[in-house]
Amino acid sequence: MLGCVYAMIALGYSMVYGVLGLINFAHSEIFMIGAVVGAEVLRHMTPLGLHPALSLTTAVCTAGIVSALTAGTVERLAYRPLRRHGTVNRLVPLITAIGVSFLLQDLVRLIEGLWHNEFYLNYPSYPEIEKTIVLPFGAEIQIKALIVMAVAFIMMLSLTLLVKKTRMGKAIRAVAEDARTASLMGVNPDAVISRTFLIGGALGGVAGVLFGVMFGQVNPFVGFVPGLKAFTAAVLGGIGSVPGAMLGGLLLGIIETIGGTYLPFLTNGAMGTEYTDIFAFLVLVLLLLFRPHGLLGRHVPEKV
Amino acid sequence: MKQSHRWLLVLLFMAGCMAAGLLVARPHDPLALLPALAVLAACFSHKMPGGLRAFLVGLILLAAVPLAGLRNTFLFELGIQVGMAATLALGLNIVVGMAGLLDLGYAGFFAIGAYTWAIFGSPQAAAFLPAGNFPLPGWPYFYLFLGLAMLLAAGVGVLIGLPALRLRGDYLAVVTLGLGQVVRLLANNLDHPINITNGPQGITPIGRPPVDWLLRILAGLGSPVSPATGYALFFYLLVLLVAAGIVVVSRRLDRSRFGRAWVAIREDETAAQCSGVSLLKVKVLAFATGAAFSGVMGAIFAAKQLFVSPESFTFLQSITVLVMVLLGGMGSIRGVILGAAAVTVLNIEVLKNLSDFLNHLRQAGYVLQLGGWTYDFSRLPSQLEPAKYERMVFGVIIVFMMIFRPGGLIPERRHRLELEEHP
Repeated sequence: MLGCVYAMIALGYSMVYGVLGLINFAHSEIFMIGAVVGAEVLRHMTPLGLHPALSLTTAVCTAGIVSALTAGTVERLAYRPLRRHGTVNRLVPLITAIGVSFLLQDLVRLIEGLWHNEFYLNYPSYPEIEKTIVLPFGAEIQIKALIVMAVAFIMMLSLTLLVKKTRMGKAIRAVAEDARTASLMGVNPDAVISRTFLIGGALGGVAGVLFGVMFGQVNPFVGFVPGLKAFTAAVLGGIGSVPGAMLGGLLLGIIETIGGTYLPFLTNGAMGTEYTDIFAFLVLVLLLLFRPHGLLGRHVPEKV
Repeated sequence: MKQSHRWLLVLLFMAGCMAAGLLVARPHDPLALLPALAVLAACFSHKMPGGLRAFLVGLILLAAVPLAGLRNTFLFELGIQVGMAATLALGLNIVVGMAGLLDLGYAGFFAIGAYTWAIFGSPQAAAFLPAGNFPLPGWPYFYLFLGLAMLLAAGVGVLIGLPALRLRGDYLAVVTLGLGQVVRLLANNLDHPINITNGPQGITPIGRPPVDWLLRILAGLGSPVSPATGYALFFYLLVLLVAAGIVVVSRRLDRSRFGRAWVAIREDETAAQCSGVSLLKVKVLAFATGAAFSGVMGAIFAAKQLFVSPESFTFLQSITVLVMVLLGGMGSIRGVILGAAAVTVLNIEVLKNLSDFLNHLRQAGYVLQLGGWTYDFSRLPSQLEPAKYERMVFGVIIVFMMIFRPGGLIPERRHRLELEEHP
């Protein structure tokens, strides 16, 4: 279930990397904005006494839209001017992305701080979705976990269809393959890049709400660690590949959950769950060192 | 034109002397500090004869600030912070600016240096070492550990660099980011199974080298000071000495065979490799040099603060140093020093004072009237504290610099050619 969230964030990293060759550090903040917007919507809808399903749906949709718009704006204001300059230095967009990420963190904190005088936000808990149900084979699962998985799978399925079946998907794939050639074939790369950011942002925003529903509390700095892990997931699956990002996210979630459960047993309680983050980062480092093209990615030789 | 230029230099010389005099005469006045800062900034930002620059910088840093600082130790504190920042920025400048390798885990090396002295200069080492007499005395061990911290940080830099530097630029950034986090998380969690770092509580008290000799000299000169002031002066001079040494090393490296190799790989890795540059060797050297600078400052930081904890070595710290390098100009030594000074002064002077000012207005319940518009400052939300929004300030600086002036305030010549002369 954590894996589903990672997978959805990983898709945003992977798609942007596909079309721009840029690690969009600001994507973890897009995810965070989704989580915060979701919390705000739920905070304002809970007193109305509506059915939780309606509140949650509204939160998911609003967060998706706001995150998508933010991602689009960031692309317009920060990344597009850089492409206009035509600098070939790869570090420039990367550093810009870090700057945007920091800017968004404190911007959200400032807005929340001015609005409520605090920036830790709680998700309301709905007893209806906290209940556990028993699946076949005796496994128990919370209803909210089922909801998270269902939403994630619907989003990922529709994204796969979008990329594989529609004209827009074809344009995205064309730009990812070779932006110059695509532009000669009548594809407008800027428009495609904008749309990629919008789609990735929407997925990230929805993932943010799901994350909030699962963990209950969010704040403006909540994006960093899941963002880094989602990037790990994207690399694990092969960055730039849509099914790869989903697979990587799910795998990383499973590895982390299993690792967190068994690590204390394996080390006789000497290393507790606090070491799982270290292991997630080590997975990332080792992966980049030994298999940088990931499980499903292709190895692209360096072009001169 | 030539004539007016010479006049400007004479004017600057006079301004420098007056600023130094003003600072000594009124050590407690923040406004008296401004002319001195302005002269220093001018020294670093403009072309001028080396002799004049050396004289003015020496006059202010070695004469005016120590004299004024003995009466107002805040000046030493500011000097130490700027000196540390400048050293860190110069170290990162070698990695990012000269060699073009984006290192996002730079605070990790700082942490390694800091913990090296913190563990052995405090009773902490006794917690996991069966033999030995801890804490180690400040003399001569502190000075030995400065070298050890440097070597250890450089060694870790080599160990990490050997595999990591095979990666392309953007993956390297993520690997170093991850490794920086691993260092911090290890510092946070290595209080069990074996207690090495004392976990999130941090280590305190950390030993300092004795400064009796300095106090005796000052007393001999007729101005006895308290040990606290003596330590402030000592760390100020130490940081200044290390920073000056590192400026010299940076400059020599920049003009060496390795400096040219770094620029070559930054411009075009494949072409450099084809021209016979051993990629991995020069990259690891850049990485290790940067790490070494950071490590030695880490040890000084630990002794100065008397306390280290994992909180001091976050991603934000790495980015702060990166902002200094970007603001000053990647690869430009003078620019980076200026950037470090600007970011530090902004951080500990401007933002903090602005916060204090707003707090003051809020508590006094000041009511602003502008034409028909009034604002009651007691209604100002308490979240509006500029000092806490350094991330936003840094973010804005980064984005604007990258879009409008990617070469930094004082672009390095070779870098400028690369960034501007492109189709």
